[in-house]
Amino acid sequence: MSLLHLAIVAPLIFAILVPFFYKSFRRIHTGWFVLPLPILLFIYFFSFISTTKSKEVVMKTLDWIPTLGINFTAKVDGLGLLFALLITGIGALVVLYSIYYLSKGKEKLHNFYVYLLLFMGAMLGVVLSDNLIVMYAFWELTSFSSFLLIGYWYHREKSRYGAQKSMLITVFGGLSMLGGIILLYLMTGSFSISEIITQADVIVTSPLFIPALICILLGAFTKSAQFPFHIWLPDAMEAPTPVSAYLHSATMVKAGIYLVARLTPVFAVDGLWLWLVASFGIFTLFWGSFSAVKQTDLKSILAFSTVSQLGLIMSLLGVGAASLHYVGLDDNLYVVATTAAIFHLINHATFKGSLFMVVGIVDHETGTRDIRKLGGLLHFMPITFTLAMIGAFSMAGLPPFNGFLSKEMFFTGMLRVLEMDFFSFDSFAILFPILAWVASVFTFIYSMILVFKTFTGKYQPEKLEKKPHEAPLGMLISPIILASLVIIIFFFPNSLLSDNLISPALSSILPSLLTDEEGFMVHIYQWHGFNPELFMTLGVIAVGVLLYLTLPKWRRVYDLFPENLTLNRFYDGAVNRAQTGSFKFTKSFMNGSIRSYLVYIFTFFIVILATALFYKNAFKVDTTNLASIGVYEVLLALLIMIGAVSILFAKTRLSQIILLGSVGYTVSLFYVLFRAPDLALTQLVIESVSVALFLVCFYHLPKLRREETRIRFKLTNAIISVGVGAIVTLIALSAHSNKFFSSISQYYIENTYEKAAGKNMVNVILVDFRGFDTLFEITVLAIASLGIYGMIKLRLARREED
Amino acid sequence: MEILMSIVVGVLFMTATYLMLSKSLLRIIVGTGLLSHGAHLLILTMGGLKRGAAPLLGENAESYTDPLPQALILTAIVISFGVTAFFLVLAYRAYKELGTDNIEQMRGTESNE
Repeated sequence: MSLLHLAIVAPLIFAILVPFFYKSFRRIHTGWFVLPLPILLFIYFFSFISTTKSKEVVMKTLDWIPTLGINFTAKVDGLGLLFALLITGIGALVVLYSIYYLSKGKEKLHNFYVYLLLFMGAMLGVVLSDNLIVMYAFWELTSFSSFLLIGYWYHREKSRYGAQKSMLITVFGGLSMLGGIILLYLMTGSFSISEIITQADVIVTSPLFIPALICILLGAFTKSAQFPFHIWLPDAMEAPTPVSAYLHSATMVKAGIYLVARLTPVFAVDGLWLWLVASFGIFTLFWGSFSAVKQTDLKSILAFSTVSQLGLIMSLLGVGAASLHYVGLDDNLYVVATTAAIFHLINHATFKGSLFMVVGIVDHETGTRDIRKLGGLLHFMPITFTLAMIGAFSMAGLPPFNGFLSKEMFFTGMLRVLEMDFFSFDSFAILFPILAWVASVFTFIYSMILVFKTFTGKYQPEKLEKKPHEAPLGMLISPIILASLVIIIFFFPNSLLSDNLISPALSSILPSLLTDEEGFMVHIYQWHGFNPELFMTLGVIAVGVLLYLTLPKWRRVYDLFPENLTLNRFYDGAVNRAQTGSFKFTKSFMNGSIRSYLVYIFTFFIVILATALFYKNAFKVDTTNLASIGVYEVLLALLIMIGAVSILFAKTRLSQIILLGSVGYTVSLFYVLFRAPDLALTQLVIESVSVALFLVCFYHLPKLRREETRIRFKLTNAIISVGVGAIVTLIALSAHSNKFFSSISQYYIENTYEKAAGKNMVNVILVDFRGFDTLFEITVLAIASLGIYGMIKLRLARREED
Repeated sequence: MEILMSIVVGVLFMTATYLMLSKSLLRIIVGTGLLSHGAHLLILTMGGLKRGAAPLLGENAESYTDPLPQALILTAIVISFGVTAFFLVLAYRAYKELGTDNIEQMRGTESNE
């Protein structure tokens, strides 16, 4: 186990210790014990930057299930490291923030930090595993810990609903991803991502390629909240705000992005991948920003904004993958899209994390997140306002914040789609820049709503639960750090990010584009000159300001969407229908009546045997090897048949019992005829005892309701019973006609006296050759008699109740 | 003879099935009795009928009937007797406790589980 492995599972191991800290040191906030871990991990992963910068990849393998090719292979390359730094860095800030956000006395802190550490370890595992199965295991652990964190306040109905919803959707995607992984394994014979990438040309020609692609994408889209699977994310806002900031904006929802980026070298060879990723991304971008404007809850706005920003990154990854189709061009047009995706991924983590924390502060200090109740907080919370403004302006794509840079690159990438000339992109490529631009306008509007509806306008003290005041310093540290990053990245994007993080990440996403040792030359410009992108941004600002000011006038647009035609309604309906449907289905055949179950069993018996007889052509009657028929046998056969059938028509219980007895005695007469003296003897005795028992039980019963009726005729019963009888007869005849080998009984006949010193062969078989049967048959009788005794004597429960 | 016996067995199975599909507990137990008779006769028939003397060495016959199916049937008779006796007393107790031998009225429903 290397240090790298230890670093990945350190949060998981540390999670075990958290309850001890919590119980032993009640006076210190448990978060302080947790805080050093992500900081240490961040420093540790930071030390890898020089390695990945020189394009080296660190691989460490720990055997797990070597026989199945499943090993915990940790791999640090540019992409994995970028995510690991995000996870540990923002993790540390979130832990710090949560120390001030969650109260020591009221909250179950040990639960919170255990779940959070579980999540952190799982997420590190996802981004640093080279083995797909190991990655899948960590992937499900993120779903699982996210479920626990969303349902942290489990006494709230909405938390439980949100947790269940996110669990159902992400686990659905996760399972489908597992399907994709298995398909990849079938195609390549390996679970290792690095090895699978080298076989990309094998995969693309395989018939399993398309199913694998769709399965993997389902996993990525559900996790990263792409349309139409984004519905779980707004409901996940019931989690504590640090969780929303960490999981549902900066890290977990980017696991799908990570997956798409990681498997781009495998799947992007086919145009379908680009098409699906880019289209779903761009539509999610539009839909998320469009829906965000109508929200009234601050966290809902941020949730939909996250959805839309994830769509943006996803569409950039889709478009960027086009660069693989233009290998050989010196000036690769589409690498800029992938660069923008990575860059925006970092930017989004910074500004969205700080925005969530800001909203958490507002919630914490005023007691509400409803923008209709908020307003005029500027004078009470100047620092928070500044932070919110930095975050929101960056989100809207304004200078001098980092969102501006990535938004410009995003426009560049989208405009390049116009030049794409394959996979029918050319016909509707124009939609991409248009949707991107419209979505940016909406992004601008909701960013403005977020800041100005909260902090400016009329102060409404009567609607607030608390008197608002500035947050404590500790709560402000984390958003201040993130917000300063927002500005610093704007001014120094190249010295900070491009060579250290973006370029190594690019070479992980697009490895085949690099011919020699050189890396991607990434250069981010603040100023492009007067180009279309700049005018698009200016247009966004102009139209955005106009629409924001006239918001009350056109807000009614949202009423055009019928209330009961939303995706949430559809989801709720599907869940409900699945429940009631399966309930009804079970009810329809599990009706509690023994007769119905017997009907199923007998019908199945008839159908399966008849089909087998028919299909295997097994039925035949061989008349050569038959015993002769005598008068007595015919008479007895008639007697037994008449006896059996007349039970059906017997009216009283007594006659039924007597008829059953007559059948039994006839059977024993058969035994006499067929030379089985011991059987005849036993049958006679047992039949007498049975009939006596029947009589005791039912003839001397208290006359509760003695309406003696004949059995009522039912056609289905008749058909089924005739079917059973016929099948048994047919099988008996066929079995008798298909004898493959002779009996082993010659041995018993020869050795009964010689070896076992007896002359009665049946008895010798029972007690000597096959004595074990007899032993347990005695046991059966003993158990039966004890059971009968118990049933008659022990009546504890009922009697006490009475 | 085996063909005739197969038919007899079929008739026994048929009547047994019909009885088991009825509502009265007593008829169901009678049905199981008929079913075990049918099964025993089936084993005997499948072992071959009337081929030689009874399986007693004192007979000094040329050939004997197959003793193995007889041993199997003997075991089966005793076991089915044990089960039938148990079942009968169970039915008796159910009758006394519940006041009915109609199995449709003994249905378990969701509410009283």
